[in-house]
Amino acid sequence: MTMPITAASVALDGNLADAPDAPEAFVPSRGFWGHVGHRLVRDPVAMAAGAIILIVVGIAILSPWITPMDPYRGSMLRRLKPVGDATYWLGSDELGRDMISRLMVGARLSLFMGVTPVLIAFGIGSSIGILAGYVGGWTNTILMRTIDVFFAFPSVLLAIALSGALGAGIFNSIVSLTCVFTPQIARVAESVTTGIRKRDYIDAAKLSGASGLTIMRVQVLGNVIGPIFVYSTSLISVSMILASGLSFLGLGVRPPEPEWGLMLNTLRTAIYVNPMVAALPGLAIFVVSISFNLFSDGLRNAMEIRQ
Amino acid sequence: MLLYILKRLVTVTPVAFGVSVVCFLLVHLAPGDPLSAVLPADATQATIDEMRAAYGFDKPLPVQYAIWLWHVLHGDLGVSIATGRPVAQEVGRAVVNSLILASVATLIGFTFGVFFGFVAGYRRNSILDRIASALSVFGVSVPHYWLGMVLVIVFSATLGWLPPTGAGPDGSGNWRPDFEHLRYIILPAVTMAVIPMGIIARTVRALVGDILGQDFVEALRAKGLSETGVFKHVVRNAAPTALAIMGLQLGYLLGGSILIETVFAWPGTGFLLNAAIFQRDLPLLQGSILVLAMFFVALNLIVDVMQTALDPRIERA
Repeated sequence: MTMPITAASVALDGNLADAPDAPEAFVPSRGFWGHVGHRLVRDPVAMAAGAIILIVVGIAILSPWITPMDPYRGSMLRRLKPVGDATYWLGSDELGRDMISRLMVGARLSLFMGVTPVLIAFGIGSSIGILAGYVGGWTNTILMRTIDVFFAFPSVLLAIALSGALGAGIFNSIVSLTCVFTPQIARVAESVTTGIRKRDYIDAAKLSGASGLTIMRVQVLGNVIGPIFVYSTSLISVSMILASGLSFLGLGVRPPEPEWGLMLNTLRTAIYVNPMVAALPGLAIFVVSISFNLFSDGLRNAMEIRQ
Repeated sequence: MLLYILKRLVTVTPVAFGVSVVCFLLVHLAPGDPLSAVLPADATQATIDEMRAAYGFDKPLPVQYAIWLWHVLHGDLGVSIATGRPVAQEVGRAVVNSLILASVATLIGFTFGVFFGFVAGYRRNSILDRIASALSVFGVSVPHYWLGMVLVIVFSATLGWLPPTGAGPDGSGNWRPDFEHLRYIILPAVTMAVIPMGIIARTVRALVGDILGQDFVEALRAKGLSETGVFKHVVRNAAPTALAIMGLQLGYLLGGSILIETVFAWPGTGFLLNAAIFQRDLPLLQGSILVLAMFFVALNLIVDVMQTALDPRIERA
């Protein structure tokens, strides 16, 4: 007769815990984010896109130390050299400045101006959306109807109208792009929050005496931040294109500061002389923008969020 | 149905009101005096005051807004500071050109988007699906002003097939549907079409995949309906959503055409906006944004009503 193994008997008989297969039972669960990371690592497209983003960010950070030439110093004698030149590896621009150096340094402003508005809008938009969704009632009506007004403008038009009115400059373009993305994020945040506000765990938290603010911070935020975050990452690509677009129009960064959109604009006149060089800054915007899109798609799949 | 349209009209009114407030405030958001661009630097205080009174800038903001709104409702958008012509006239002419360009682009984007979407939806995970998905990611990721430049480099600067800028051979501002003018619209329209193509392809792919997975399709096949017959059912089910997205894309293109119109020097609203911004012509800026935004609101309303009319599954709540 063998003794039935119960919790008590295991606890009494210490030998069982030392059995070789026992530790497996104690492997901690990966948790939600662990699962997401695990799935993301197995998505080759998302990983490649992530790698490109990391490389560009790395170049942007290190650019002051690693550019082959001074990105600001031009030479009237060596203007618009072609790609593959012995001195200027990716050619030189309309003022004879080294393209590769300018592209490397340009990554700083282009990334900064593309990512910052989404980051700020993520903070403001999700706060507004969670508040509107959780509190509901009149608060929701007032907040969301105000947001509807901003949806009446196509985003490109709103961005250009705001920065056109505010005037050119880095700060003003970030402000206007933030105004473009905040309503979009707030709307998503409101809809996911409304979806969970009647769940049992919210009631449980209320019954346990948690204040509204605490519930919003702990229960609501923890459950809605994933979808809002994924949606926000999908906006980075648009934001990069729009931010560079503003500079392209002359509403963002001012010369001689290197920024991809502005470089594209000043090189427009060179398309008949040296088309390859003229197209390079746009290619940089495109590569970064598509990488952000693909990474965001991978993240969405990994988190199993449906559009 | 009529009741539904009325209800939607009631809900859209506050939005339209909000839009007018935003457009009005844009001018006052601008740093400095709205008149600083037209007044000479050495203008005396008396001249400044006189001008301010003439344009009504000396009254309190709500009063200014009421006056402005009253004029707008009567079709008077003010006078352009730079040219002295009525804003309504300038915007009206530009809007026609923009509308033509955006419509042609939407049509191209819709045709290709629906085609790729259907192919990808029917042949999930095939090579064709991969290509269609890649194209749609390309469409939403590419900076369209850059794509426009690249097309000009290839087809104008290198091959010399198509004109790089403008709307017509005479250099004038009005597009007409004849062969010469057609050559001018190809490059900007194709550039612009890439965005709706990507979005429509992506949506149609998901729609078709969803519809094909539903029970009724299996039932149709089980009763022996040919694939062509099934296809017709799929089209009918996908059409309302696809058409709605097409309508919205037309609105986005119309409002967002400024970058492409700048690249191609297309004499539309984008071009006008660009001029208004750099000449600090605030009435013109205000007027063109108001017209474009109202157009977008109206388009949204029409799309909504049409979708409800086309799709009996949507409840007219």
